[in-house]
Amino acid sequence: MTIRFFTLIAAFAALVTVPYWMPGIYYVNVSSQILFYAIFALGLNVLVGYAGLVSLGHAGLFGVTAYATGYMLQLGFGHPAAILIALVISLIAMAIFAALSLRSTGIGFIMITLALGEILWGLAYRWISLTGGDNGLSLKTRPEPFGYSLSDVNTFYYATLVVFLLSLAAMAVFVRSPLGAALMGTRDQPRRMNALGYHVWAIRFYACLFSGLLTAVSAILFVYYTQFISPQTLALTSSAEVLLMVISGGPGTLLGPIVGATLVVAVKTVVSGFIERWNFLLGAIFVAIVILMPEGLVPGTVRLWRLAWRKRAPGTTPVPGGAEAKP
Amino acid sequence: MSRKVTRRKFMAATAAGAVAATFKFPAPAIAQAAPFKLGLLTIKTGPLAQGGIQMEQGVITYLKEKDNTFAGRKVDFVSADTGGSPAGAKTKAQELVERDKVDTIVGPLAAFELLAITDYIAQAKTPLLSLAAAEDLTQRRPNPYFLRASACSSQAMHPMADYAAKEMKLKNMITISEDFAFGYEQMGGFQQTFEDNGGRILKKLWPPLATPDYTPYLAQIADCDGVCQGFAGGNPLKFMKQYGSAGLKFPVVTGQTGGDDALLRSYGDEAIGLVSCCPYTLDAETEANKRFVAGMQKNFNLDPGFYAAGLYINCMVIDAALTKAGGKSDDKAEFMKALRSVSLSDTPRGPVKFDHLGNAVGNFYIRNCEKVGGKLVNKTVKTYTNVSQFWTYDEQKFLQQPVYSRDFPPLKS
Amino acid sequence: MNFWLVLAVNSITFGGLLFLLSAGFSLIFGLMRIPNLTHGSLFMLGAYIGVTFVLGIHGFQLNFWLAAVLATLSVAALGALAERFLLRRMPGDQLAQVLVTLGLSFMAADLCLMIWGGDPISVPTPPELDGFARFGVLVFPAYRLAIIVIAIVFAIGLWLLLDRTRLGAMIRAGVDDPDMARVVGIRVSQLFTIVFALGAGLAAFAGIIGGPILSVYPGLDQDMLPLALVVVILGGTGSLLGSFVGSIIIGFIYNFGQALLPELAYFVLFLPMLLVLLLRPQGLFGRHVP
Repeated sequence: MTIRFFTLIAAFAALVTVPYWMPGIYYVNVSSQILFYAIFALGLNVLVGYAGLVSLGHAGLFGVTAYATGYMLQLGFGHPAAILIALVISLIAMAIFAALSLRSTGIGFIMITLALGEILWGLAYRWISLTGGDNGLSLKTRPEPFGYSLSDVNTFYYATLVVFLLSLAAMAVFVRSPLGAALMGTRDQPRRMNALGYHVWAIRFYACLFSGLLTAVSAILFVYYTQFISPQTLALTSSAEVLLMVISGGPGTLLGPIVGATLVVAVKTVVSGFIERWNFLLGAIFVAIVILMPEGLVPGTVRLWRLAWRKRAPGTTPVPGGAEAKP
Repeated sequence: MSRKVTRRKFMAATAAGAVAATFKFPAPAIAQAAPFKLGLLTIKTGPLAQGGIQMEQGVITYLKEKDNTFAGRKVDFVSADTGGSPAGAKTKAQELVERDKVDTIVGPLAAFELLAITDYIAQAKTPLLSLAAAEDLTQRRPNPYFLRASACSSQAMHPMADYAAKEMKLKNMITISEDFAFGYEQMGGFQQTFEDNGGRILKKLWPPLATPDYTPYLAQIADCDGVCQGFAGGNPLKFMKQYGSAGLKFPVVTGQTGGDDALLRSYGDEAIGLVSCCPYTLDAETEANKRFVAGMQKNFNLDPGFYAAGLYINCMVIDAALTKAGGKSDDKAEFMKALRSVSLSDTPRGPVKFDHLGNAVGNFYIRNCEKVGGKLVNKTVKTYTNVSQFWTYDEQKFLQQPVYSRDFPPLKS
Repeated sequence: MNFWLVLAVNSITFGGLLFLLSAGFSLIFGLMRIPNLTHGSLFMLGAYIGVTFVLGIHGFQLNFWLAAVLATLSVAALGALAERFLLRRMPGDQLAQVLVTLGLSFMAADLCLMIWGGDPISVPTPPELDGFARFGVLVFPAYRLAIIVIAIVFAIGLWLLLDRTRLGAMIRAGVDDPDMARVVGIRVSQLFTIVFALGAGLAAFAGIIGGPILSVYPGLDQDMLPLALVVVILGGTGSLLGSFVGSIIIGFIYNFGQALLPELAYFVLFLPMLLVLLLRPQGLFGRHVP
């Protein structure tokens, strides 16, 4: 039984009992937000952390799913049908996105994704008959799976938690799978992978699809949470925000994006209620993270923890159990 | 014996009266002790912060003037920064309703924020007073818990068009405004009334929201006798400057955001001659306005504009409604009724009352921008009274036509 | 006829302003491979600092050009500090660079809001250029024509710097192959600080020069950064000629695109950028694929 195991059990227990110890339904709502933004960050991390591809256009895909859901509901489809159709549309959008973006890597990939994100944003504004322009689309109701109404705050939280845990499990499986290992290979040594016979483009493409799936899932939760979608959600600042969640938490780690999402959402929603200049504070936190823990909050904390242990007991085995780096 | 009976009866009656008093009217004594919680949804960071900061200044000015008391109850004021995004607006609205348990919300600033929270507000039965000009919220999709004491997007443009056609004798105009709903609704209203008075709109130009250089659009402004602009935020400044430097000399008319008194301190000489129509004007001669302007100058050393005035007036309406309701705000539906029935005669904008859809009916002022003593001022040249959101149109007919959009009313050419 | 002439001339002036904005970004990215996402903030800071001195602070007022110089130097100094104490800690780590530059841009934006408030500020046009130049039928604001001249002067100046000076040779060596440059004895770290300061100063200069046209307001940084990115992508990173030609081309696309294709106004810049990225990722004049 390692410290890591106990921490995870404690975290799991805390998550499952949130409605009981959070001081009010407002904070339960914030927890739901943290969870679906964490899924969004996990999705982006597939590309940023594990594929080495930085995308500045993921908010565009997020928006596509959200609009698809809203539009399908407006057309009169029921919730299950709308969600399914939205997922299909999102995967097609991601496939196109990937096909265009993967022609480049490095800064080229960043720029193509930025351009695509901006184009989707412009479409959201101009294609008024589809998107309602900047008046946006409203979603009148939330689904009621198995008779539980998601309009209830706690029920929505639990539904989000279930989806989050499934997404996290999917990520864990992906990372430990041969595809995941190949992906990390293409991140570190693309030419060698190519020489070894791996189809680098195809591996990256599948990674994009997986990333798109997680993004779509988080977008569906988002759009049911706010019950509104408008072009602001697809702006460059939104793409930058989720990227910051990934980088500040620790790209290439499982838990990093979750911590990053918690940081950004907590400052934006909760801290902003107490500190007027929260934007400045958030920027300062990012700069501090870069100075103190440039590899991200999660790997950085692990590193500092180990450093502390080594200093306390020189000569003894440094880390109590779980010596491997967090995957 | 009769005295004994009288005294006993008297005691009994007093006791009964006291009991009755405890049951029937516990409210005043207790309610006056419970503070009235007022929430403000505003934007204090990012590009829209300009209007948001002014909104808060308007609320603070009123609270300071009234020593933080509405109808005998102390006011707990909570200000929330939505960050200018619809998701942020929803989150902060939830914070105000669920965590702070506010009685009434004022704000938000932007139309898209209001649209994001309108269903939630109706569901939470929390009265909301906003400046956001989205037309349909008091027209085709009215929200019973929403009240607008300022104006909807086109409300100021109808009188502006009337003035442009009848007094300025303009016949062929070009409209230019940002490419979003507020722009469409303003220009649509202007076009309808202008064309009803014999004028003609030649072209409608729609630069995107973040346009650094308006020259591609300014180059298309020719062969007309006037321009109507509907820019908001900081864009009117950019536009008028570039308009002036492009050498264009046609008279320019605008609405409540384009000629806002609070923008005059940022404008240069290019604003001289700008004609605007606004529900508030700095030189309105009411007692309330004198107090308001003095308060703004004392607290913030600034001349107020449309945003600060709007929120000050919102607070006046809430104060008046609370007084009408005897200090009670627990029954939300009853309080909403009181709010809607408010009719004030002395406010910074003059008389204000509400139509049955929750939109204000009041004065609209046509102002001309002049330079007096080295400073830019808006001089009121005409006042339109009793202007409703439907102008002189029949309400039913107006609601049957589609909401003003980029293509409605269509260009006659 | 007038319509086309006005648009054509404005394309060049807008291109000139874009050149001043993007030259710095192209240099920094070309040499240091740092995607400097604070570039918009540096532009905005230059404009705010410049306009403060033009309008006068505590009675101390400078003429427009001196204020521009002061703004440029102060932001260049800030840039040098940021490079020396922050960016130097993460050579090659692009993710960390994105995080720190975005974090700094949040801080800068909020700082500007705190110091200068939310109201837009109009930058007065320098009085000697506050008029019109007439060429027969065409009437054009003199200040905008002056921007073309300023852009050309700076383009020539930068070209001379890069082509004819030792510093320029070192910069070009660093752009081509930083490791070999180090091997040959070039103090690449010092070079980086100088180049970053130069890029930051250029951005600030563009900010105050653009002030009389764009004014200064919160959100200016977010409006200008995508434009810089588009120019650099189109022209090619690390290439001065690329920045110059790219700026002019973007100027034309912007003006004629917005005027003739209003339906596509939102896409008029990003569609060409996407096409260039797909067809020729190194840009028109770029040396290597980024």
